[in-house]
Amino acid sequence: MAAVKLLGTWRSPYCFKVIWALKLKGIPYEYIEEDVFDKSPLLLQYNQIHKKVPVLVHDGKPICESTIILLYIEETWPQNPLLPIDPYERAVALFWIKYADDKTQSIPKIYRTTGEEQEQAVKECSEMLETVEQHGLIEGKKFFGGDEINMVDIAFCMVAHWLGVLEEVAGIKMFEPHKFPKLHSWAQNFKSVPVIKENLPDDERMFAWLKHRREMLLAPKSN
Amino acid sequence: MEGAVVLLDFWPSMFGMRTRIALAEKGIKYEYKEEDLRNKSELLLQMNPVHKKIPVLIHNGKPVCESLIQVQYIDEVWNDRAPLLPSDPYKRAIARFWADFIDKKIYDQGSKVWKTKGEEQETAKKEFIESLKLLEGELGDKAYFGGENLGFVDVALVPFYSWFYAYEKCGNFSIEAECPKLIAWAMRCMQKESVAKSLPDREKIYEFILHMKKIFGIE
Repeated sequence: MAAVKLLGTWRSPYCFKVIWALKLKGIPYEYIEEDVFDKSPLLLQYNQIHKKVPVLVHDGKPICESTIILLYIEETWPQNPLLPIDPYERAVALFWIKYADDKTQSIPKIYRTTGEEQEQAVKECSEMLETVEQHGLIEGKKFFGGDEINMVDIAFCMVAHWLGVLEEVAGIKMFEPHKFPKLHSWAQNFKSVPVIKENLPDDERMFAWLKHRREMLLAPKSN
Repeated sequence: MEGAVVLLDFWPSMFGMRTRIALAEKGIKYEYKEEDLRNKSELLLQMNPVHKKIPVLIHNGKPVCESLIQVQYIDEVWNDRAPLLPSDPYKRAIARFWADFIDKKIYDQGSKVWKTKGEEQETAKKEFIESLKLLEGELGDKAYFGGENLGFVDVALVPFYSWFYAYEKCGNFSIEAECPKLIAWAMRCMQKESVAKSLPDREKIYEFILHMKKIFGIE
């Protein structure tokens, strides 16, 4: 009986965030794949309020919301720290994590919409990328966490990996190297980290799923 | 931990109130600077270039932005008194979950109550009350969300109490009738000096909302 269980789905970057944190700290866990279109009684019991994945269950106790899960992991297993120790540096890191959590929500909107709605989503997304390029990444630093990745890098994972696939599905080109050199460089570095590289969803499978999903979402609106 | 503390704030902001309460709970002396949000100061724009929003906590010249991050920062730096977050990681996760729930639901739903009319407003009131009832459930029989004393969730939620009267007037309903335990909790919090002196008078909030409605052209 595993002490740590993770309820997740291969389709969700939020679930990968938790997988990476557990692996970076060397914490063994049991993974349970959930069908989010047919939620299990277990999931509904563990996350009664939001009914979403990921849910981490530690010694039978559930923790919900990916960032809250990561903070719990950080505080329970302090080895290989994913946050700065200094309170001020930590407050800055938490600021960027919240920024990522709030603003990367515009990324999935790109493939879920068309026309004006899509233009708006692209605009929001571009603004987010510009802000991070200008204010978030420090010249010369390999990662948000310095020489090693930390929770801020993990928080921006959608930019590093999922954005590219979504752009392809939506037929948009936004995250270009000449426009966002620091972010692009960071994304390459992030995806080269072994724990990240070895734990990413299959590109082809992701593309096929998102393309199918886009068709499903947009179908009722077309004549 | 000593060093100048400045708070850039706007008097009706529930988010600013959170930080005021945390500072008061810890007995921290600070300089309060009122911002005119239609004419933001150079200092605000410099200290929060990403969002250009209040509250901003400035400690030893360095800015901390986002109210809940400020509360956690204050708790960590002035860690020798009045703890706001529990020490147990699981209890901290629960506290963060409910603070996150408050951020996701209460502000937007409450805003819709005073900004809309008719069916939209009825839906907003229903959703708002549902969220408050969930919070009541979490409170249970405890004196505070934090247990025996004010905690992180109390600090995150109680500022909204100063806006309840305005929501009730605009929405023509009684929050106390639906959530008596929550109102009892709020009044218990108001007995604390840190809360009482951090929340503005409810009539002033109502006047402020009426003024905002005029500006936004809301009936």
